[in-house]
Amino acid sequence: MPQVVIANRLRDGIVVFLGADRRWMERVQDCAPAISPEDAEKILDLGLQAERDQEVVGPILADVEQRDDGWFPIKRREAIRAAGPTHRADLGKQAED
Amino acid sequence: MYRYDEYDREFVEQRAKQFARQVERRLAGELSEEQFLPLRLMNGLYLQLHAYMLRINVPYGCLNTTQLRKLAHIARVYDKGYGHWTTRQNMQFNWIKLDDMPEILLELASVEMHGIQSSGNCIRNITADEYAGVAADELEDPRVYCELLRQWSSLHPEFSFLPRKFKIAITGARHDRAAVLAHDIGLRLHENDSGESGFEVFVGGGLGRTPFVGKSIRDFVATRDILAYCEAVLRVYNQLGRRDNKFKARIKILVHEMGAAAFAELVEKEYEFIKDGALELAKEEVERIRMHFAPPAYESLPDVSPALESQKAEDTAFATWCKNQLAAHKQPGYAIVNISCTPIGKPPGDIACDQMEALADLADEFNFGELRVTHNQNLVFTDIRKQDLHALWQKLVPLGLSTPNHGLITDTICCPGLDYCALANARSIPLAEKISERFADQERQEEIGEIYLNLSGCINACGHHHVGHIGIVGVDKKNSELYQLMLGGSADENASLGKILGPGFDEDGIVNAVEKVVDTYLEIREEGEKFIDTYRRVGPGPFKENVYRAPA
Amino acid sequence: MPLLKDGKLTDDPFVYVDGDAEIPADRAIIVPLARWKSDRDALRGRSAGLGVRLKSDESPAEIADDLDSLAVVALDFPVFKDGRSYSSARLLRERYGYQGEVRAVGDVGLEQLHFMQRAGFDAFEIDSDDPEKDWQTAQGDVSIWYQPTGDGRPTVAQQRKS
Repeated sequence: MPQVVIANRLRDGIVVFLGADRRWMERVQDCAPAISPEDAEKILDLGLQAERDQEVVGPILADVEQRDDGWFPIKRREAIRAAGPTHRADLGKQAED
Repeated sequence: MYRYDEYDREFVEQRAKQFARQVERRLAGELSEEQFLPLRLMNGLYLQLHAYMLRINVPYGCLNTTQLRKLAHIARVYDKGYGHWTTRQNMQFNWIKLDDMPEILLELASVEMHGIQSSGNCIRNITADEYAGVAADELEDPRVYCELLRQWSSLHPEFSFLPRKFKIAITGARHDRAAVLAHDIGLRLHENDSGESGFEVFVGGGLGRTPFVGKSIRDFVATRDILAYCEAVLRVYNQLGRRDNKFKARIKILVHEMGAAAFAELVEKEYEFIKDGALELAKEEVERIRMHFAPPAYESLPDVSPALESQKAEDTAFATWCKNQLAAHKQPGYAIVNISCTPIGKPPGDIACDQMEALADLADEFNFGELRVTHNQNLVFTDIRKQDLHALWQKLVPLGLSTPNHGLITDTICCPGLDYCALANARSIPLAEKISERFADQERQEEIGEIYLNLSGCINACGHHHVGHIGIVGVDKKNSELYQLMLGGSADENASLGKILGPGFDEDGIVNAVEKVVDTYLEIREEGEKFIDTYRRVGPGPFKENVYRAPA
Repeated sequence: MPLLKDGKLTDDPFVYVDGDAEIPADRAIIVPLARWKSDRDALRGRSAGLGVRLKSDESPAEIADDLDSLAVVALDFPVFKDGRSYSSARLLRERYGYQGEVRAVGDVGLEQLHFMQRAGFDAFEIDSDDPEKDWQTAQGDVSIWYQPTGDGRPTVAQQRKS
């Protein structure tokens, strides 16, 4: 199962996803998931280092799957974090697309 | 309402600056997230699913229009244009940036507001009857003591690192609108046989994963001794409350495990040492604070307003609103007005910045510049001349704030749930909206009558599901939301905890189940019998049978 | 660990003697409660300074009758979130009238200093690069207090009256 590191950015709390070159991306579609469990461990370590460097807070691994418009979280909690509140399409990342 | 003096003002400003310094240390890496967490929580700042969430205290629900306009300003400038009233009579913003916090706290301090102790393992915002000071059934105004307790509990040197959070509520009326039996300490003002006023003290109530109704540990504590008595309770709890398990750390577990009588004995022993000491309330200070809650300049009016009566006769929508939203005022010619922030099909307790500003204007025009927040996530105008009701209503209608559902099934208490909250297991707001739409028909709602429907997105019970007449709690089952139904809860002076009726439901299933519960009630109720009384008379049996009957 | 006393870094004259370890002659020592209870008489007979360290779940009532013999009571914070020792400090000062040193040990940091001071602590083993600066920062943070405690600082209510 591909996994991505998801966290909140320290300064503004915005949900971010670990992309290529250790960059934190605001859109889940731009994330760089790990395919193997070994790689997942590596990217989580990058996330934890970023937490120690005051970049993000609470990095965790989340399962993602490939959809028509790119990677998207499987679990409801992370899906809501990637999109926004389900009852208000005008809020969160879903409003910015 | 209470207004800050120079000391209170200085206190809040110092605290805002202190937090600015702590934010700086955090951003500079001098504080780890682990070290910073309790500091930001002590200032009301959580990290939720989408962003930081800031909880701002509205002390015992009292708000003036300057403050409401400031909340609107913060919603517009620092958030996404709306806020959310909570069950602790507070306001929450959901999209706050840590970078903005120092500025926001200074903005709040400028209108005598803050987020101090709106979270964390300390004494939280004191809550009270939303009709305090004006209710016809009130014995004494609890706000005086709320304010004294607020000051005593602010940055308490001994009680800022308690085993767990600590909630205090006070009622001064016969009918308990403050849910005091669901609090760590619940205080009920009453008079003893010699006409002296004091408090009955309940401890160990609370919801969450192990709910309890509070137990009375003392029938009477004279008002002047209430700080000393609370300090004794808190000291026993601080020393003996469990710290080995977060889920067993509330005072309710301590009281349950040792027994209320044994707990009371320890409190009495401690109280013996400290009563008549430095915490005894000085008359002058009590009177100084009481002055802040002096009634506004009421006009002397007849209790019946002929204008109102003819307006009601001419306008059925207005009459419906009056029938549901008004409560009896102690001053003739005035009414208490409930303003619903839970319109049909909308998130309970959410309010837009434009609505806040418009309400501030209305409160200035009609309500002496003040308003109240209720633990049911609605608002109250406490002092409306009956002759003004129609004019007020006409202005509420276009604002979307005239829903006449006070105490009806669509007047739901609902936590933010998985749409916002990092602790939630299931969504709650979309379900509240669906149930509300199912019961949207006003006539049907009124036919059903008083039902409190409370909804939480996890067992932590921020939506008070245990004390809803109908309670719903969401759980996560393999990435599907499952909702459990409980019946028979109540938060008033006859508080009881709801019992789970049977297996849970999916989102559509639970809406149908609620409807079946209501239909069963309508079928079997006796003349004039409220839902909760029917349930208490017949028990879960008939409800269970109808809800779980296989489709024919 | 640096010892901060009355706002100044000081040499700590006391050493901790853990468990059944041998007691150094002529050194001021701080012993755990259990050791105090078992060796009370012998410890009392020494001429060097003596202190007792209470864990956060040990009540100061246990040493209330012995306080005349003790130059230091060290109260432990296993983690800063464990606030039991705040109650212990207040009881020592306010109930038992203890005048000696009340020392905060364990997870002690800048952000807790002002609470500790008000509860009656006057010495702090603080984990910091610059304890004196921390002290100054904490002093500047908050000067308004609502609660009467044994440190005798005027409360807001008292200031209002005057």
